[in-house]
Amino acid sequence: MHNSSCTVKETARKILESGQAERLLGWEQDSSGYNHAPAVFKSAGELDRFIYDRFCGSNLSKLLARLREAEGRTAVLLKACDRESFNLLVREHRIDPEQVHRVDIECSGMVDIEKLRNKGIKGIREITESGDELHISTLYGEKRCRSEEVLLEKCLSCPAVSSADAFDAVGQMEERSSLERYEFWKEALSTCIRCNACRNSCPVCTCEQCIFDNPRSGTAGKASADFFEDQHFHLVRVFHAAGRCTDCGECTRVCPQGIPLYLLNRKVIKDINELYGELSLEDKELGKGALTSFSFQDAHPDIIRKRTGDQ
Amino acid sequence: MEHRVYSLPKKRMGELFGLISSSRQLFLPMEKGGQFQFSRVDEHTDLEGVSLDRLLTAGSAKELFFPQTQQIAAFRRRGKEIELTSAETLTSAFVAFGVRACDARSLEVLDRAFLGTPRDTMYEEKRSKGTVVTLACNEPEETCFCSVFSIDAASPKGDVETWIAGDTLYWRPGSEKGAELTQELDALLDPCSEEEPEGLIQLKQQIRSIIGKLPLGRLSLEQFRPEALQELFDDPAWQKLSEPCIGCGTCTFVCPTCQCFDIRDFDTGEGVQRFRCWDSCMYSDFTTMAHGNPRTSQVERFRQRFMHKLVYYPANHDGLYSCAGCGRCVSKCPNSMNMVKVMKTLGGAQHV
Repeated sequence: MHNSSCTVKETARKILESGQAERLLGWEQDSSGYNHAPAVFKSAGELDRFIYDRFCGSNLSKLLARLREAEGRTAVLLKACDRESFNLLVREHRIDPEQVHRVDIECSGMVDIEKLRNKGIKGIREITESGDELHISTLYGEKRCRSEEVLLEKCLSCPAVSSADAFDAVGQMEERSSLERYEFWKEALSTCIRCNACRNSCPVCTCEQCIFDNPRSGTAGKASADFFEDQHFHLVRVFHAAGRCTDCGECTRVCPQGIPLYLLNRKVIKDINELYGELSLEDKELGKGALTSFSFQDAHPDIIRKRTGDQ
Repeated sequence: MEHRVYSLPKKRMGELFGLISSSRQLFLPMEKGGQFQFSRVDEHTDLEGVSLDRLLTAGSAKELFFPQTQQIAAFRRRGKEIELTSAETLTSAFVAFGVRACDARSLEVLDRAFLGTPRDTMYEEKRSKGTVVTLACNEPEETCFCSVFSIDAASPKGDVETWIAGDTLYWRPGSEKGAELTQELDALLDPCSEEEPEGLIQLKQQIRSIIGKLPLGRLSLEQFRPEALQELFDDPAWQKLSEPCIGCGTCTFVCPTCQCFDIRDFDTGEGVQRFRCWDSCMYSDFTTMAHGNPRTSQVERFRQRFMHKLVYYPANHDGLYSCAGCGRCVSKCPNSMNMVKVMKTLGGAQHV
């Protein structure tokens, strides 16, 4: 990771020095050693604050979409998980590829600081890496931890990092009865605080005004009057993202309440894969997605009843 | 009024919780779905889930006094008549146990907003029924900066202050309300002979020594004075600081001092249910009026939040800052922008 970190910074420097881009979207180092924020760098001189390490989990493509009005080209660093959402945003005309200098960067998995804390590690001062182990210097002594144990959820099914099947958990959920699933989600979504972090960090959510922010929609909600509204919010979001969600994992990474939102998205992706063929956004034209085109070979709507087995 | 210290073997805390919950509702920091939240416990609750080692709950103790959603009234149409029912329910007496010093200070901040003029009767009701039992922070986190606001996590002010030192729980009433609760627990709590037992003195020293080493403990507040309002407002640094902000409400909703709310109607099909809910100055429709929104860009919304905490609120409330340094925004912001970075940048230091 360390080598790759230096290489990325060097690449960033060359891009800004050569004028290949007016600005570069990357991450800015924080003194905590892990709380790095996405940032725009306008000159090579600003790069002393640049960082690329195990704590750059955020997907920069959403922020890139916000910079589309900016003059000149913007360089953006894309990890494997961020590339599909970049492609989606290009396909949906939220990003003009002519205005972007795209740099694909290597990643060996990003650390979830919450998972470190859940291991009882407190008062983190410094985190260094040696082999597959993290050495954490804390206010309460030195701690060690295998990095693979504390990766972000999205990294656990990334082919570059892990051999696990992204859909295992969805499969397990499908085996439960509809009542059990309902109870599971009722419990999980009851902690939702409607902060909209999932929506606002989602590369798919680029509507000028979201229906949940529109006071005339009748569905605008800052909080829920009852459980139905939490469900409503999350299910509408999942269906709106159906066929477009690239499983970049941002919603799960940012949820302050730790709600496993990836399960909802992956269920839809799994179904689309099974019913319409593997979801890929790379080559498809706008309007040719699984749910935005029609053919007589498409699954009949009653497939839902057949597949769930619930009457 | 100085109150004496009581003690209880730590292993008997289950009995203490049982006794408290026999006469009042009891809320404790508990694990729920991998997250820590203040949750109600009763005689059926498995106390295994109680977590007094974890420093902070995901949401703050504010939720117990100012819940995210509170019903106000219901309107129902019956022919040509509209039936109106007040939904305000009376709160039973309750105890919040394990409140940290930062969250306890935050209640003081909320009090000034809600118990001034006009008085917020819904908040007042909960505040008058709730007894706050604080717990000293044996292991502060690197995200903590309460000491910057002169909060002493080794001696957390509350209706009752408690400490867990080794195998002993120390208990000291800090108010009339706390003294009343202490009386009810007479059968369990053992008055200490000394004014301050040795174990307690040592624990406090230990905590203060850790606080002295906290990386964020020396943030400066010098720049954040009412006289500097215009200068701070006009600071060009806001633009850069707000760049990573995605306009979600996470920081405001996990914040123990954020106090803004909206009033909304939920269409029930046959009428409306009127409720109030937390609002966030980060949202595009915050304080939208007939003419539109007074803050049209994210940089303005972002600036508002921090100016309110560090300048406007203290200017209106005798210098009391509307931040308690709990560090929740530090650990929860999706894009790692937070109070600390704002304070460092505007206070003159670059936030690296």
